[in-house]
Amino acid sequence: MRRDPAWVRAVRIFVLVVLTLFVVVPLYVMLESSVKPLRDVQGVFTIWPSTITFQPFIDMWRTVPLAQYFTNSLWISLGASICSVLLAILAAYALSRYRFRGRDGFLTMVLSTQMLPGILFLLPLFLIYVNLDRATGLHLFGSRLGLVITYLTFSLPFSIWLLVGYFDSIPRELDEAALVDGSGPLGALLRVVLPAALPGVVAVTIYAFMTSWTELLFASVLTTSDTRTLAVGLQGYATQANVYWNQVMAASLVVSIPVVVGFLLMQKALVRGLTAGAVKA
Amino acid sequence: MTSTLSRPSRVNPPSAERRRRAVKWFPYLLLVPALLAELLVHVIPMLVGIWMSFQQITQFTLRNWTRSPFTGLNNFKLAATLSSPVGQQLLHSFLITIAYAAIAVVVSWVLGLTAAVALQKPFPGRGVLRALFLVPFALPVFTAVITWRFMLERDTGIVNWLLVDVLGVTDDRPFWLVGPNSFISITVVMIWRIWPYAFLTITAGLQSIPDELYEAAEMDGAGPWQKLRRVTLPMLRPVNRVLVLVLFLWSFNDFTVPYTLFGASAPPQADVLSVHIYQSSFVTWNFGLGSAMSVLVLLFLLVVSLIYMGISGRRTRNAT
Amino acid sequence: MRSSKTAAVVAALSLVVGISAGCSSGSSSSSNTLTYWASNQSTSLDADKQILQPELDKFQQQTGIHVNVEVIPWPDLLNRILAATTSGQGPDVLNIGNTWAASLQATGALAQFDDATLAKVGGRDKFIASGMAATGAPGQPPAAVPLYGLAYGLFYNKKMFADAGLTPPTTWQQLLDDARRLTDPAKSQWGLGIEGASYTEGAHFAFMFNRQNGGQPFGPGNKPQFDSPQMVAGVKQYVDLISSGVVNPSDAEHVNDTDMDGEFASGKAAMIMQQNNATATLKSDGMTEDQYGVVPIPAIDPVPAGGAPVSSIVAGIDMTAFANSQNLDGALKFINFMTSPDEQKILNSAFGSLPVVPDAYSDPRFSTPLIGAFRQVLANRAEPMPQIAQESQFETLIGNAVKDLMAQAASGQKPDDNAIKARLTTANQQMPAGG
Repeated sequence: MRRDPAWVRAVRIFVLVVLTLFVVVPLYVMLESSVKPLRDVQGVFTIWPSTITFQPFIDMWRTVPLAQYFTNSLWISLGASICSVLLAILAAYALSRYRFRGRDGFLTMVLSTQMLPGILFLLPLFLIYVNLDRATGLHLFGSRLGLVITYLTFSLPFSIWLLVGYFDSIPRELDEAALVDGSGPLGALLRVVLPAALPGVVAVTIYAFMTSWTELLFASVLTTSDTRTLAVGLQGYATQANVYWNQVMAASLVVSIPVVVGFLLMQKALVRGLTAGAVKA
Repeated sequence: MTSTLSRPSRVNPPSAERRRRAVKWFPYLLLVPALLAELLVHVIPMLVGIWMSFQQITQFTLRNWTRSPFTGLNNFKLAATLSSPVGQQLLHSFLITIAYAAIAVVVSWVLGLTAAVALQKPFPGRGVLRALFLVPFALPVFTAVITWRFMLERDTGIVNWLLVDVLGVTDDRPFWLVGPNSFISITVVMIWRIWPYAFLTITAGLQSIPDELYEAAEMDGAGPWQKLRRVTLPMLRPVNRVLVLVLFLWSFNDFTVPYTLFGASAPPQADVLSVHIYQSSFVTWNFGLGSAMSVLVLLFLLVVSLIYMGISGRRTRNAT
Repeated sequence: MRSSKTAAVVAALSLVVGISAGCSSGSSSSSNTLTYWASNQSTSLDADKQILQPELDKFQQQTGIHVNVEVIPWPDLLNRILAATTSGQGPDVLNIGNTWAASLQATGALAQFDDATLAKVGGRDKFIASGMAATGAPGQPPAAVPLYGLAYGLFYNKKMFADAGLTPPTTWQQLLDDARRLTDPAKSQWGLGIEGASYTEGAHFAFMFNRQNGGQPFGPGNKPQFDSPQMVAGVKQYVDLISSGVVNPSDAEHVNDTDMDGEFASGKAAMIMQQNNATATLKSDGMTEDQYGVVPIPAIDPVPAGGAPVSSIVAGIDMTAFANSQNLDGALKFINFMTSPDEQKILNSAFGSLPVVPDAYSDPRFSTPLIGAFRQVLANRAEPMPQIAQESQFETLIGNAVKDLMAQAASGQKPDDNAIKARLTTANQQMPAGG
């Protein structure tokens, strides 16, 4: 391809600078607030902190049981993303490789759950969990399991939709070759389709993990002090007596790091995953 | 279309018959786990929610909510009577939400497209920028929005520091968290949160456009602008179709951003539906009325989505 | 296919409803353990637990009953209680904000403190009268008993007052005059700090000032009268603080107590109208108790006919039991323990609140001038917020109206009587009748 004319390059640089500022300024404020003493955080904004203290990064573990929230969030998000991906792979394989009655109905149902306002089913879901608990002894309310099940369905529609697109882009001849070799349909899925769709699977896993990591509304009602997640727990820094803004920011930075790093490491796979999935839809 | 996976060996008819029957049930079997999860978390609670919208569920009946009095369409009448203050405020909130979601979608899409096109060709630092642009999407929402709250404070925020103290755009320090500007605030924060998703999806879409198309356009003497209009945009149409809908639904239904930015009661200019309904049900304890409002929202979104998918689907098919 | 799917959904749904209908069992506690939901009263959830745990151990030594405490942050507490009410699965003992008492009472989920039950926690006369006034609707057995007392007071900066040759105001007009004297925008110093974006504060002040002007939020039969001339005057009294230039307009976006307390501690506001737990925040902001004084928030003078010099709501935390607790006796024992004079001394001094039993005030920790001022306010100048089932609607509707008017005033358009009345009329129409 030809080199772009100079004005195009100038516009590109300008656009990238503006967007970078838009993205970076809030991140900078977050970083800066986390290393200021509490009183300075509430004072007039200054571009450089007058004094730098790392005390918030130490105090934040004491004000709320951050380590415990962290562990809860990790288990819940891992559980939800792994289960969500497993379910999505099975469903997407069926939807991509078979034509059967109810196929379109299922797709429509799953996708339309994306439109449900959370408020509509928050209270009913809670009641159902509590009553299932009473009827079967299965702890869904206030347990990690309950949130895993809830969250896995939040990412399920997107995951299924993306994987259907991805699987569709993998030539059927490959499956059929595997079938000829004597594998069953599950064998074909495991040995042929999944390896070829790996970027899509990675993309979906990350998406599912992030959805669970940041969800607030359901976690605030479905958790107790033992199972509280980070998203809810961060609010604990706003107490009756004081709001520890610097610790909020410090804690936020620390808890964001795993997600951001994971997200960035997987970025290539994510883009590749979306390429096949999104375009085919 | 129905390519056969049932690859029967004609040698052994009974086994082929068995296998065909198995194959018939196999796809359903694969769907069962996903279906169960959806039933438990979405479908049944939604049906219970719809049932609640016909009941009178307030502090007086909450405890025995299964036996709460049936009120027919009363909750819906209350929510949809435009001459009453409840109906008026719901309508107001609805219009605010539409405007806010529409602006958020359009701007996010434009930013996403601009960034994706600007980063289409390799250059040193491209990977870093791509990664950086995705960060807002990866941050916990609560954190990101709290930071924005800081930035938007009238006396101590960076926004007024920039506008008034550095650039001197106005002398009078504007309010961003109360009053008319709160609408701008919530829209900007939402855009900041979701535009990386548009960027990511469009980047993915761009990678599937073959270079030959650009080369052919260049042979015809197309400049950068024409290449964008004649190659990039048409090729992105299938991507945009779903992207726009997803962005719209996200911003329309989002609760965390307005709730964290303004608390349980938003300024009237930024009183979006999710918070409005939350207040109608959880803060004022009228779960029947809140459910009825939610059902109305759900119906609206269903209709919009169906019409949208219908229209855009036809256009996409016509284009290819 | 379609019909069988429908059938499956119907079956699942009826299963759920069937299970729900059978819900009546109580909490999971046995006879020698109790679950207790405590509200967050101090600087952190952990600090609360550190303060409570030794007392719970003491209770276990005395009675053999083990108490599992969960300290719940304020943003979650009401949702958790509502959820527990709906599901019947909650703690045995819990703290509630006392303005919720009548609403939660209406659900029937809380224990009734009739005379026999009250006797088990020490009897009605054990508690100070104003505290008992905020434990449920009048004419019904209380739904809770007081635990921690809170009241509003006017905090003033002693040095700023002395430098300007002022004494603490005793009438509303004096407060405005003093505030004007102490306002100097060039030095970013203001006479008074307020919390303009908090709808609960807005509702509290609208209530107090409405009472000063002789109004009642509800007429006979609990009919709302939010747009009465008295309420308009009361709301105007509060909103005009911004229009009259003695309050920093930026205060219109304050949602947290701490914003306002911070301004006071740093000398940017000479006065604030706050509840007594602000003392803890001021301390952590580096302001010592000898640097400020507290007097009752002054009332308009003379008070119009039917008015009262109300300068606080009866604020505070109540303690109650869930009606379906499996161990109601143990729960009542625990409530009796927590409201005993000895525990009241320990807990209230740790949390910076006021004892709710008169006997506790014999302790020297509660005979400081500061506590004395709040105690006087709570005993003589405080009225409870309306004790009606729709209290939360009242608070939301009035509070939001005040908040909107405040934002309007801050942007430089002073709302006149008509604008205030119009906004209050809208709120009035939204208030469900009856109760």
